[in-house]
Amino acid sequence: MSRYFTRLKMKRCYKWGGRPSLCNRKFKSCYYDSLYVSTDGQRDACLIQTGQHILVEGDDDDKPYVAKLLKLFGDGKMGLVVQWFVHFSEVPYNRRKLLGRTPHPQEIFLYEDRTCDGEIDAETIIGSVEVEHLPPDASFPETGQKGTLYFKLCWDTKAFKVVDAEGRHLDDKTPLVSVSVAPTTRVLPTPDATVMKRALSVTLSRVSASAGKLAASEVESGHSASKLSASKFLSRRRRGSCDSTPGVRKKLDLNSPNKKLTTDDVLGELLNEEIESQTEMARKLQSTPSKLPLQEFNLSPLKSSNRPSNGMSMTPLRSQRPPSPSPHTPPDHTSDWVSRFLGCCLIGFLFVFCSLTFPLFSPRARTPSQKKDPVSAIKEPALGSLAEELPEVSEQTDITPRSKRKSARLVSSRIRKQLNLLNAGEDQVFEDDSGDECFVPSKKDAGSTSEDEESGQAESEDEGISVKKRRLAASCRTPRSSRKAPASARTPHKSSSKKVVSNKPRTPRHATPGIPSRSLPARKPGNVLEEARARLHVSSVPDSLPCREQEFQDIYSFVESKIVGGNGGCMYISGVPGTGKTATVHEVIRCLQHASEQDELPSFRFIEINGMKMTDPHQAYVQILQKLTNQKATADHAAALLEKRFSNPAPQKETTVLLVDELDLLWTKKQNVMYNLFDWPTRRYARLVVLAIANTMDLPERIMINRVASRLGLTRMSFQPYSFKQLQQIITSRLNQVKAFEEDAVQLVSRKVAALSGDARRCLDICRRATEICEHSSSRQPGSGLVGMAHVMEALDEMFSSSYISAIRCASTQEQLFLRAVIAEFRRLGLEEATFQQVFVQHRALCRMEGLQPISVSEGLAVCQRLGTSRILLLEPSRLDLLLRVRLNVSQDDVLYALKED
Amino acid sequence: MSKRKVKDQQLTVGQCVCQVHRILRERFCFQKLPSAPVGLESQHKHLLELLKRTAIHGESNSVLIVGPRGAGKTMLLKSVLNELLDVKEVKSNILLVQLNGLLQTDDRIALKEITRQLNLENVVGDKVFGSFAENLAFLLEALKKGDRSSSRPVLFTLDEFDLFTHHKNQTLLYNLFDISQSAQTPVAVVGLTCRVDVLELLEKRVKSRFSHRQIQALSPMDFPQYVELVQQQLSLPQEFPDGRFAHEWNNSVKALCEDKSVEDVLRKHFNLSKDFRSLHMLLFLALSCVTPSNPTIKPSLLLEASRLCTMDCKANMLHGLSILELCLIIAMKHLNDHYQDEPFNFEMVYNEFKKFLQRKSHSVHSFEKPVVIKAFEHLQQLELIRPVDGSASRTQKEYQLMKLLLDHTQVMEALQRYPQCPTDVNWSD
Repeated sequence: MSRYFTRLKMKRCYKWGGRPSLCNRKFKSCYYDSLYVSTDGQRDACLIQTGQHILVEGDDDDKPYVAKLLKLFGDGKMGLVVQWFVHFSEVPYNRRKLLGRTPHPQEIFLYEDRTCDGEIDAETIIGSVEVEHLPPDASFPETGQKGTLYFKLCWDTKAFKVVDAEGRHLDDKTPLVSVSVAPTTRVLPTPDATVMKRALSVTLSRVSASAGKLAASEVESGHSASKLSASKFLSRRRRGSCDSTPGVRKKLDLNSPNKKLTTDDVLGELLNEEIESQTEMARKLQSTPSKLPLQEFNLSPLKSSNRPSNGMSMTPLRSQRPPSPSPHTPPDHTSDWVSRFLGCCLIGFLFVFCSLTFPLFSPRARTPSQKKDPVSAIKEPALGSLAEELPEVSEQTDITPRSKRKSARLVSSRIRKQLNLLNAGEDQVFEDDSGDECFVPSKKDAGSTSEDEESGQAESEDEGISVKKRRLAASCRTPRSSRKAPASARTPHKSSSKKVVSNKPRTPRHATPGIPSRSLPARKPGNVLEEARARLHVSSVPDSLPCREQEFQDIYSFVESKIVGGNGGCMYISGVPGTGKTATVHEVIRCLQHASEQDELPSFRFIEINGMKMTDPHQAYVQILQKLTNQKATADHAAALLEKRFSNPAPQKETTVLLVDELDLLWTKKQNVMYNLFDWPTRRYARLVVLAIANTMDLPERIMINRVASRLGLTRMSFQPYSFKQLQQIITSRLNQVKAFEEDAVQLVSRKVAALSGDARRCLDICRRATEICEHSSSRQPGSGLVGMAHVMEALDEMFSSSYISAIRCASTQEQLFLRAVIAEFRRLGLEEATFQQVFVQHRALCRMEGLQPISVSEGLAVCQRLGTSRILLLEPSRLDLLLRVRLNVSQDDVLYALKED
Repeated sequence: MSKRKVKDQQLTVGQCVCQVHRILRERFCFQKLPSAPVGLESQHKHLLELLKRTAIHGESNSVLIVGPRGAGKTMLLKSVLNELLDVKEVKSNILLVQLNGLLQTDDRIALKEITRQLNLENVVGDKVFGSFAENLAFLLEALKKGDRSSSRPVLFTLDEFDLFTHHKNQTLLYNLFDISQSAQTPVAVVGLTCRVDVLELLEKRVKSRFSHRQIQALSPMDFPQYVELVQQQLSLPQEFPDGRFAHEWNNSVKALCEDKSVEDVLRKHFNLSKDFRSLHMLLFLALSCVTPSNPTIKPSLLLEASRLCTMDCKANMLHGLSILELCLIIAMKHLNDHYQDEPFNFEMVYNEFKKFLQRKSHSVHSFEKPVVIKAFEHLQQLELIRPVDGSASRTQKEYQLMKLLLDHTQVMEALQRYPQCPTDVNWSD
């Protein structure tokens, strides 16, 4: 999800934690136990230790890879050894059914593939994540934090296998739990929001899980929401609008690390001791189920206490809380004193809250649709920063069941009324807010801060009163800017531009390409000839490609070896048009896909681009990216994304086979498109196989600069034009027992075509035309019903005979005379060019000889122009009038031949 | 109905002539398709079957209709389409996209027009959204999604096909032909062009994908057929309101076509060009002289129309020149005769003119040189003379090299017909 994007905005620093635990002299490498990830402008660093789960930058910003940290080593640069996990979406399509159930949206799988490199750069770490192992028969928790991922199975590229808790991977799991639990207050000011969030959420969910999965259903709903598509997500979010997500936004920290919101601060300080004590308690309770009540404390008692006190009726919010699973209901003893405490503080806090939030409240912002509203986003920073003031407590977060949308709206409207009264005198707070806003470069960032707010709110929830206030705020703002809605906007840098691009083209969003379907079904071929014609159409895909066995074999083995070996490579295929280059490659891919379905091969992806099917060479990037990840982006951005995808060490789960058709059209002045296409396969982690197709054999030498040609390599293949035997075989195999042609007829066609071009398309077209002619003639005079020599000859004549001759024959008398005059003048001059005036003299003489009335100059020019528009003559522009020069576009012999017959 | 018919039969001559004008003008101005294509029957059948197969069987095809201007290519296509759309099975099935190379001057515009005419989903109102690249991708995606049996066939007609070949990379043609050669939405691509060498304009990849089907819109018509056609074009239909008048008219047309002088005129036209447009022009000029007082086309009308049609415009322009200008033209002609069409300049012409004045200056005044220069410039403005290409403009006006854009015969003819031409101007030595 896009929430990871924000992090890209910041520069991260990496530092080893502690001393090297082990040194390898031979390789000059040292092993460490932990790693600090800090961000500039951040005092504290996030500690990542071995055994912890981490997020690694993937080729897709939306979906970072998940891995478990096994080793940390340094040999000049910082490296990690990890055990990969895969999302379900990374499992190849054709294998997904093996799971046999719909995956949980936050389910991941232990990835076991020996070909996959477990070594990555420390710089690719995004942050830590909580991963929880579930026993194979356990159901997934129902509600919970966004952050936590679950795994129960292992994916070894062939099948899903159960990883039982006691088995191989359990021992990997257990330390993790302890690790992530261990840093409580220490870890709190982590630079990374998600790290925080994850940490928080995991503790919670683990606790709840240990408590007999009481909270399961609630956790689940939250999780599934995060994975839904945007639109669904929105609506989901609307319903669960009060969702609190734990997590601290780093960005906010950057913007306003020491922001003082006076009132709030004071209150915060006031509350500090209570909070401290509470957290202490929470920490103590944490590992035991008895801690559970803690999560509850701020729910029910709270609202009961605040309701009477401030008249701002919160009732709907709380009372309409989804009654559903309510797993948090175990008897709470702690909640008593908390509620009491809350009760007394609440009036004050409400006041503060109102003052904070009010100025930004517009009626619109409070409507459910406000999620996307920048206004709602804008108001959040202040609150978010509030949350920052009390970071220590955030560890023991609680998820509160959210009020339904309706109730939220109700509440918000009531609060709005209240707030209208409090309008005055809150200006300075507003200024504060707007000051905050200034940092924020765009509305996206504003959007991102909304999450800060959320996280801040969630984090502070168990700290009681201050939380209370904030939560109130949240619930008032009800459909608090959802995570998804701003997501599109929130994306920083690249991702932001990507999303923006997808929005910007004013194409209606959901325009689905498609031609309306026909109202009547297409008629099936009725007789033998029609059947033959259907089979002979170039578009009909033959069962097999005859005559290209060798080429097929070569390409197949090339691609297969690359797929099996997991490395990349290029191949250049050349041949004149119509020699089956693209068809052969497609056939190879079909076979390979079949093989990989049969488990004989690792799976791979096939992508096809065509230089002719794009408007500009740089569109190649866009198309590749779109086919790879379904993202839309501008050419430059797409190039950057692809570059990243192919160069970053990441567990590329499958090889990509890229077919580049009509390569010569991807030529640009700097040749960077070609360069990239051939450079990517040479990258270590790319696993990209490029098959480039073009017409000329010497294309690399002719148009490519050296560095491009060198990267293309020497794996070349050239498709020779078909010989007549091959063409004959092609026709016969296409006809496939349909008896429509005489043997001789087929041979005639193939010989003729082979002599001219060897273009199989031509051959098929002629045969098709011959069937038509046959059909005509048989309707006139019943024949054998087979396509014979005569029909084929006629078709050949139609297609190959020069149309000049027939055009000259059908020209008018004066036109023919003019042509003769042209030839006569050429002969007289001994040149192949004459002016109209000269020709016209000849023409007049010829007219007299033929006994025709001479024509005027204007008419003569008209005749000349007519011949010029049909391109029998080549003319200069007509403004030259009498002086325009005339040339023949046909040979003189052809003209004479055509005229003689007359 | 019959009552009305009886009433109609008593139309005045004026009303009848009005009706005749209406009916025949519809024919001559191409507003109405003929009931059957004349001289293109086999082509008509070929094209009809081809398009029918696309519409009914979902077979993709591409075809070019080649023929000189005025040969009836568009008429052929239109009548085929009319007939095709009469078939019920076809009417609800086919999508039409009509493009013209003169309107869609590049692929970007052509793509927008295609998406607009197909009414795809990225069209809102009359506006097509998205960039060029997006449009292309969108359209290709749309066409790719279809398959032979289920999606509606799309019929692309590309008028002035040769102009499409000048588009960058011939992207549009490549994609259209590629679709027609692959198992996507069935398409029929019909190109109309007057260029015989159109196949040579196609890029090799595009050419390979084109089916090489060409329909030559050429009719090997001979003169009797031509005369028959003229008669047919002038005849009134059976359903003409006034039966008696129609009968008379048709008889007069028949007589007209048998007239000797008319036959000569028609033969001259036939020899010049066989296309329908020039014939229609001739008949139209004749028709416009038909009035209530003169309710038939007489041979003289046709002769007059022919004279108008075949008039030499340059010779006509010479009639409007002054004596001085005419003299200059004659001087130029002399220079051309002496120096074998070499270019001349003003001074040479002026000298020649002065020589003429010295010899026989009885009737022509001697003009001042500036006046002669003015006359010379006027001739240049009329484009009866033009400067030779490349003669630098910095040379003095008097010495700029010129060429005469008149033929020997045109000058002679003009002199003969010039009103009140002084006899000694007619200097033909």
